Amino acid sequence: MHKYLKIKQLFFFLVLALGWYACTDDTSRKDEQAEEKPVETEVVKEEVFDIDSATGLVIDTGFQMVRANCIACHSANLVTQNRASRDGWKEMIRWMQESQNLWDLGPNEELILDYLAKHYAPKMTGRRARLKDIEWYELKD
Amino acid sequence: MKKENSENKGFNRRKFLAATALSGAGTLMGLNVVFANKLPKGTEPLALGNFAGKVPEGKHPELVILNDRPWNMETPPHLLDDKVTPADLLFVRNNGHPPSKIDEENWTLTIAGESVEKEVTLSLKDLKTKFKHYTYQLTIECGGNGRSEMNPPAKGNQWSTGAVGSPEWTGVRLKDVLEYVGIKSNAVYIGYYGKDVHLSGDSKKTVISRGVPIQKALEEESLIAWAINGQDLPVLHGYPLRLVFGGWPASTSGKWLDKIVVRDKVHDGPKMGGDSYRVPRIPVEPGTVVKEEDMKIIESMPVKSLITYPKSGAVLKQKRTMEVRGHAWAGDLNVNKMEVSIDFGATWQVCELAQPKNRLAWQHWKAEVEFPEEGYYEVWAKATDSEGKAQPMVVPGWNPKGYLNNACHRIAVKVLA
Repeated sequence: MHKYLKIKQLFFFLVLALGWYACTDDTSRKDEQAEEKPVETEVVKEEVFDIDSATGLVIDTGFQMVRANCIACHSANLVTQNRASRDGWKEMIRWMQESQNLWDLGPNEELILDYLAKHYAPKMTGRRARLKDIEWYELKD
Repeated sequence: MKKENSENKGFNRRKFLAATALSGAGTLMGLNVVFANKLPKGTEPLALGNFAGKVPEGKHPELVILNDRPWNMETPPHLLDDKVTPADLLFVRNNGHPPSKIDEENWTLTIAGESVEKEVTLSLKDLKTKFKHYTYQLTIECGGNGRSEMNPPAKGNQWSTGAVGSPEWTGVRLKDVLEYVGIKSNAVYIGYYGKDVHLSGDSKKTVISRGVPIQKALEEESLIAWAINGQDLPVLHGYPLRLVFGGWPASTSGKWLDKIVVRDKVHDGPKMGGDSYRVPRIPVEPGTVVKEEDMKIIESMPVKSLITYPKSGAVLKQKRTMEVRGHAWAGDLNVNKMEVSIDFGATWQVCELAQPKNRLAWQHWKAEVEFPEEGYYEVWAKATDSEGKAQPMVVPGWNPKGYLNNACHRIAVKVLA
């Protein structure tokens, strides 16, 4: 009985240790991925792009410029949840420069605008979209 | 009592400093910060955005995070079922960061501006002891609630339906305080200043400074509040002091309240002009560029309602009837009629509608709907205000910043044979 307990305990600690290892390994891996190795994918115009796991931004030409300049002051969510034309994004940059202390983006502005206009462009949705992301569940009362 | 702002930990300065120390000035997590030399004084790039995002302490874990720098979170409709919205379920719309250190003991409120007899500074204790306390249930809704449905899209936080709530607020009447200070007959507007911190970190920049016409300021329900549902305000909601103007864009209900200015003209603080909280004077074609002088300030919010029970996605097995309930509100007005439709607006059923607890509180409604046969249904909810205006079924008039979408709320229901 005693021996059995010991083995059980040992097994338990082994599981804990393995779990801990897996957790730490996972986080350190995530950190690496934030730098280079993306985890999720999204289809845009039949081209497949990776999503940066740290910011949620699409990884394509201009991504690093957006990451370095846009996310200095505000969350990446403010980029990823918005949709605008090239002119619309330019207007937002001008507004941030006029009122929010955004610096001169210099020659990188074109790169940033190309990136935003390509990946965060408006989609025509009509006057009211259909209900989506419905999670069906049984209603009991 | 001193309260540290624990919610502000997403702002990971230490991590950023460590990263710069490791990789040298002008780089962030191994990336060059382009034009780092052009960063304005007092501005430092912060750590990279937290994509995964975790709801800050004190808020319900199922709130939807729209933005974590600054914090902006909305409440899924089925979590707004309470008659009085609990503080942890109230949406958060911040324009900057809450003040990092808040000292309630030494907190003061200054009343100034062209239209006061004399500038007066009151301590929080003065406010609590010199004036009568009032508690009202007041509905506040972000002017941009519903923005996500605008087409062409409007910039800003993409709120769906959850930037609204109706908690009970306790404080003193703004009216009593203004009368104590003395206001001149030429007063037309009040504006607020809070102690929140601009996103750029620039301490000279005012984050937001909006206000209301003097008539709204002098209403009985217009409060300088320190409590929500009988408790101190949470830091994210303006602790230790804020304004509350029920029925008006929530951006008028200034948080971390430091100063009120009584103006002899329409207040002109940041976010009072341009496209901010303003809509075209006349309806425009979607996508139109509207000149600044053709815009007007949003005042009372339009009539609206939510279905808070059941949650969208209900599947009915072996039953054909279902209770539906929620709340309805109409800015400065009352809601006079509440209806639901289960056939995409072809026919409407009148609901039971309660009176508000007090003026500017939302009103509860309920109905029993019966589905004629199996199939996919949507329940649509439509409120009508005391002036006969009802919610539209499609997204209403487009405006550059996507404000005032009061289109009817819809939930999906499946009835099985």
